[in-house]
Amino acid sequence: MEKFISHTGTGVPLRRSNVDTDQIIPAVYLKRVTRSGFEDGLFSAWRNDPDFVLNQEAFKGGTVLVAGPDFGTGSSREHAVWALQNYGFKAVISSRFADIFRGNSLKGGLLTVIISQDEVEKLWAAIEAEPSTSITVDLDSRTVSYGATTLNFELDDYTRWRLMEGLDDIGLTLAQADSIDTFESQRSKLKPTTLPIRA
Amino acid sequence: MAKTLAEKIWAEHVVRSAEGEPDLLYIDLHLIHEVTSPQAFDGLRLTGRKVRRPDLTIATEDHNVPTLDILKPIADPVSKLQVDTLRNNCKEFGVRLHSLGDVDQGVVHVVGPQLGVTQPGMTIVCGDSHTSTHGAFGAIAFGIGTSEVEHVLATQTLSSRRPKTMAINVNGTLKSGVTAKDLILAIIAKIGTGGGQGYIIEYRGEAIRNLSMEGRMTVCNMSIEAGARAGLIAPDEKTFEYIKGKPHAPEDFDAAVAYWKTLFTDKDAKFDVEVEIDGDSLEPFVTWGTNPGQGLPLSANIPSPSDFASETDQIAAKNALEYMGLTPGTPLKAVKIDTVFLGSCTNGRIEDLRAAASIVKGKTIASTLRMLVVPGSERVRQQAMSEGLDKVFTEAGAEWRNAGCSMCLGMNPDQLAVGERSASTSNRNFEGRQGKGGRTHLVSPQVAAATALRGTLSSPADL
Repeated sequence: MEKFISHTGTGVPLRRSNVDTDQIIPAVYLKRVTRSGFEDGLFSAWRNDPDFVLNQEAFKGGTVLVAGPDFGTGSSREHAVWALQNYGFKAVISSRFADIFRGNSLKGGLLTVIISQDEVEKLWAAIEAEPSTSITVDLDSRTVSYGATTLNFELDDYTRWRLMEGLDDIGLTLAQADSIDTFESQRSKLKPTTLPIRA
Repeated sequence: MAKTLAEKIWAEHVVRSAEGEPDLLYIDLHLIHEVTSPQAFDGLRLTGRKVRRPDLTIATEDHNVPTLDILKPIADPVSKLQVDTLRNNCKEFGVRLHSLGDVDQGVVHVVGPQLGVTQPGMTIVCGDSHTSTHGAFGAIAFGIGTSEVEHVLATQTLSSRRPKTMAINVNGTLKSGVTAKDLILAIIAKIGTGGGQGYIIEYRGEAIRNLSMEGRMTVCNMSIEAGARAGLIAPDEKTFEYIKGKPHAPEDFDAAVAYWKTLFTDKDAKFDVEVEIDGDSLEPFVTWGTNPGQGLPLSANIPSPSDFASETDQIAAKNALEYMGLTPGTPLKAVKIDTVFLGSCTNGRIEDLRAAASIVKGKTIASTLRMLVVPGSERVRQQAMSEGLDKVFTEAGAEWRNAGCSMCLGMNPDQLAVGERSASTSNRNFEGRQGKGGRTHLVSPQVAAATALRGTLSSPADL
């Protein structure tokens, strides 16, 4: 995974709440067996609308998505994270994310940043007034800054460290293989297995 | 110290915990399907890793598969590639797979319980958010993304922080005609699509105890629609009876039951949040909007954006009404339906089919609509056929299909057309979920059946 330390880019204001993962990428786009190419499906139902924010010239090239509350609800599809990343987004800012989406994003290196809805509203207003507003999401200091505003956000130390080092979660866990072996040796024999197959 | 059920199960599965780090949690069962696994298996190949515990892993084909002509090659080449990729991966890595045509093929969350591999006290994951279904057995079961699928394949563990706990106490008795589906839709309308965020919900109370195992699965299934990480129900005699005799039921059944009986929330345990629901007052419930929290009793009228307090909810309601093509003030029962979908991991089990069949038996569905009946698994389909339910549905004018996720998410050819309106026993009424431009009302199997007969949203009491 690529290291995430700090990112500076322009913003895209998505003034919608409850943007579920079927809106981020509909199921018909989930048939690829790779991790790339999902950008065509991103917000596909809305992309037909010339007024949709991603179709507006002013917001082309934006890399920081600023969304309404409850972003990423619904399905566990990590394709939603890949679609955003494949399109070019590096960070998503919202006042509230669905749990699975947030987990997926932080595993995959798409930084999801939580700030209050009041602050989201101010950021929307700032981007809409001046689309070239530069936004910096800095993981080292755990801040979002634009113009004269600097906001702190919370992210636990462990996740921050993992993202800043670009570490592979599986590699970290396999370093604990002894603990897994020990756990398995003491695991209850009553638990079911799928093999051998019983009819 | 007194613990909740979720805390007990979590604690039993912690492989390693360290200050400031997520727990390393052991996973007892990993369910796999074709959509969220290909990139995970690729990851294993790239790093030369194996599946650590193929004997705790099981796969089936459900999201993409056709529900007609299942023994012919899959017509959509991209769907075919995804299903073939799963078949190749399972073969290469030694994972048990139930393919199209096999009696245990079907929606992954129907398959686990019917095989008896879903049991109390387990941790169960799958690359699918409706994994919460398995919580009905008193297990911690939750959906994961593809990176985590790869993590579980490689290590049989997940790195995760323990969610907080929420109790939803449903007191009283559900009236006749009020189902598990109505109950969970009412719960989501009350707490909101983000209300359960960060929590494992434990459903408790008399009305929950009185639900069948399949009804409990319907409730737990939609925990995710309230934003919860998982939902569970303490096991009891109904749970034990349901598992008994299933292919993978424990060989030493008595010893297993003795353990399962320890799985309850201690009397003095504290939940982080408790919610009270009055079961006596519930009515059949349907959704009018584009998220599962936008629901009302079937007897109500379509709301107006101005009925909502916050500006965010007002905008959401306005967008939803526009998308759904609905006018505020219209009675929900006046809403005309084009397609009735009976199926999915929420309501595609045998009791759901029986309930709907008992309503349409000897009658004919409205000429203005089509009705698709898609059993949750091939085993459910065969059971239903042995009871003659297929005939009941086809004689009423419905289509009797093969098992799969089907129109719940429209990844296969079973989709709504632009502007087409469904009454669906599935779990999500998101924009375009059942087909681009399609409009979904979530309902119980009973409401689905009554709606099929009358052509407008209806409950059996309206017949």
